[in-house]
Amino acid sequence: MKTHLRAVLRSGKFIVGFTIFAAILLLVFIYPLFNPGNPLQMIGYNSFTKPGTYVSLYDSLDTRRVYTFRPPGAADVRIDAKLSPEDRESIMEWLLSYSEQEGLGLTERDIDIEYTEGLMALWWQYYDSEIRLDGMTIARRREFERLDLRLDGLFNLDDLHVMALDPETGEYDILFATVSDDDYVNVDDVANVIYLPLGTDGFGRDVLKQLVSAIGTSLWIGLIAGSIATAIGLTLGLISGYIGGIVDDIVMFFTNLITVIPGIVLLILISYSISQLERGPVTVAIVIGVTGWAWTTRSVRSQVMSLRNRDHVNLSKLSGHSIPKIIVRDILPYIASYVVMAFILQISIGILSEATLSMLGLGPSTTTTATLGLMLDWSIMKSTAHISGAWWAYYPVILAIALISFSLNLMNTGLDQVFNPQLRD
Amino acid sequence: MNAQSTIARITKNGYFKYFSKKTIWFLITLVAAVTLNFFLPRLMPSDPVAAIVGRLAPGMQDPEAIRRVYESFTQIFGLDKPLHEQFFIYIRNLFQGEFGLSFSRYPRPVIEILSNAIPWTVGLQLPAILVGWTLGNVLGALAAYIRRGFDKTLMPVMLFLGGVPAFGMAIILLTVFAISLGIFPVQGGYEQGIIPGWNMTFFTSIIRHYHMPFWSIVLISIGGQSLGMRSMSIYELNADYVKYSRYMGIKDRKIVGYVFRNAMLPQVTGLALSIGTMVGGALVAELIFSYPGLGSTLFRGISEGDYPLIAAAMLIITLMVLVTVFLLDIIYGLIDPRVKVSQYE
Repeated sequence: MKTHLRAVLRSGKFIVGFTIFAAILLLVFIYPLFNPGNPLQMIGYNSFTKPGTYVSLYDSLDTRRVYTFRPPGAADVRIDAKLSPEDRESIMEWLLSYSEQEGLGLTERDIDIEYTEGLMALWWQYYDSEIRLDGMTIARRREFERLDLRLDGLFNLDDLHVMALDPETGEYDILFATVSDDDYVNVDDVANVIYLPLGTDGFGRDVLKQLVSAIGTSLWIGLIAGSIATAIGLTLGLISGYIGGIVDDIVMFFTNLITVIPGIVLLILISYSISQLERGPVTVAIVIGVTGWAWTTRSVRSQVMSLRNRDHVNLSKLSGHSIPKIIVRDILPYIASYVVMAFILQISIGILSEATLSMLGLGPSTTTTATLGLMLDWSIMKSTAHISGAWWAYYPVILAIALISFSLNLMNTGLDQVFNPQLRD
Repeated sequence: MNAQSTIARITKNGYFKYFSKKTIWFLITLVAAVTLNFFLPRLMPSDPVAAIVGRLAPGMQDPEAIRRVYESFTQIFGLDKPLHEQFFIYIRNLFQGEFGLSFSRYPRPVIEILSNAIPWTVGLQLPAILVGWTLGNVLGALAAYIRRGFDKTLMPVMLFLGGVPAFGMAIILLTVFAISLGIFPVQGGYEQGIIPGWNMTFFTSIIRHYHMPFWSIVLISIGGQSLGMRSMSIYELNADYVKYSRYMGIKDRKIVGYVFRNAMLPQVTGLALSIGTMVGGALVAELIFSYPGLGSTLFRGISEGDYPLIAAAMLIITLMVLVTVFLLDIIYGLIDPRVKVSQYE
């Protein structure tokens, strides 16, 4: 036993898999300490806000410490933020077609799109929202109108005055703040700052916070489902493999029956039968476990069948030991490593099954925590995040599922190589 | 008793005993599965007739009229009879190749809906499973044989690929190739507005829609198959007969041929099983791509409480798996004497 443990700890694959898995577990336990609260709290009023740091505009105006910075090129950066390279191309395109229509004789060489002042001078000289260009769609014309509005006051560096409402006069005549172009605030000084490393989902909920709690729940579901499936599979496999005969036939009949009706269809049917209210994460885990034991039974059975005529088992039989005693003392220790591997695989299958069920809209109903499958269901099936390009709402979830099963598979392969010397490199 | 004497005892009688036992259990399982296929959907708490009435008679106000429509539909579907009577009617109809009328798409017969869906599923899955299986086995065998760098990089990649769930792969391919790059259409089996028929436009449309679901299945099965093939090949390469052959001075290429032929055997089982279970396996992928196959038809049937459709679709799935397992048992009994020996121990 000791030598085996040492061999397991020397297996590179097992160590890597275990490290990834432990890191995921650690994240699940530690992250909520720094970011407590309900992971399903809706904090945003926009759906799918992109990842980033959100600073309260109101509070940053109200911040007492204002710093003055004059970094070189600040004005250019500001202009570039308003005037993208595509905008510059569009301006040139408009100018050229206008020139062609009016016979101004402008050519590409006259317009330098890198030289902002020159480009804007030409734009402001010729552009008018009333002008109709031949062959330009209405949508495109609207785009140019919006661009023109956006570029209004592009070079303007005057101070901005934020006025507050005077409750007595009812007029905006109290100066709340004056902001000049070189004023800066430190994010740490601003009262309200929201860090959203993975943005929000379609309901305005923090994706990272949700993801961490979902990983925890999904691991629980995997653990419960895996334990149930392994327990049933192990028991039936031991009985059927050791006793054989008619008992074996009957157990194999049920095993075949549950194999023949595909697990996912069975899962769907059972989940539909349980009303939405009673379908908590534990119920879903139990349903997954109760339908997923067939292959464990099969493989345990074949392992036991290869063991039951070994000398030590026969000796035990001759000594008059009872069947349960023989199974526990003479068979179980020999297949223990195998059962551990099957258990690890069952956990990963349980997590995947939950995700699949939830994607079909049959996941656990919960108001306190998400699961990995529910997150995918909410973002992909219910609000088409994949079409609107909100990658942060589902890619991290898929990655989490893949990483969990990757780490479990790695541990499994590592164990397999330790306990099956013939598979060693 | 040792294996040799046991094998020696097995005569033609032994084969007969093995096959007849397998056949009897095949039939018992089939009967039980058909029974479950009938009763399981009916355990769902849904009222399919109410849904049909709501759909076919919208805006009907008179409760008396609604009740009459409801009753007439209950009668058409035979839902007014007790459950066991319905079951005997179902069995009798099965023997006449009759699956009844669909509830959710009344009055279309179930057989017509399913025969429209099956070609999609088979046409998508069979080539995808075969391609994924072949590529996976070649990669796995190469990894086992070449080892070193190739194995060290391929193995973790394949483990990771095998860990990505089928729907995850479908979503990744969908977002990258269909939505971001716009190379392939987002969903469906063919462009909307095209009338299915034997013409070029329909054919190219099918091919364009075929890529995404096809490659998502192929990639997943490459991951799983290559890992299985790799460990089977390593197992065989470490076997005594390989060492012995090497001492005998047999050419390496010839040994490799033996090794991979032996390693293939469990892989063939895997192939047969994945062909047998293809409908259940690709259900989510079909749903994500809105592919008009058996999986999405079955799922829609379940969500609408369409008992005849569910029962018939499950029957097809059941038959596919059962026949595959049965054939595998029979073939193994023929080619591998050890399988039969285990029956006598």
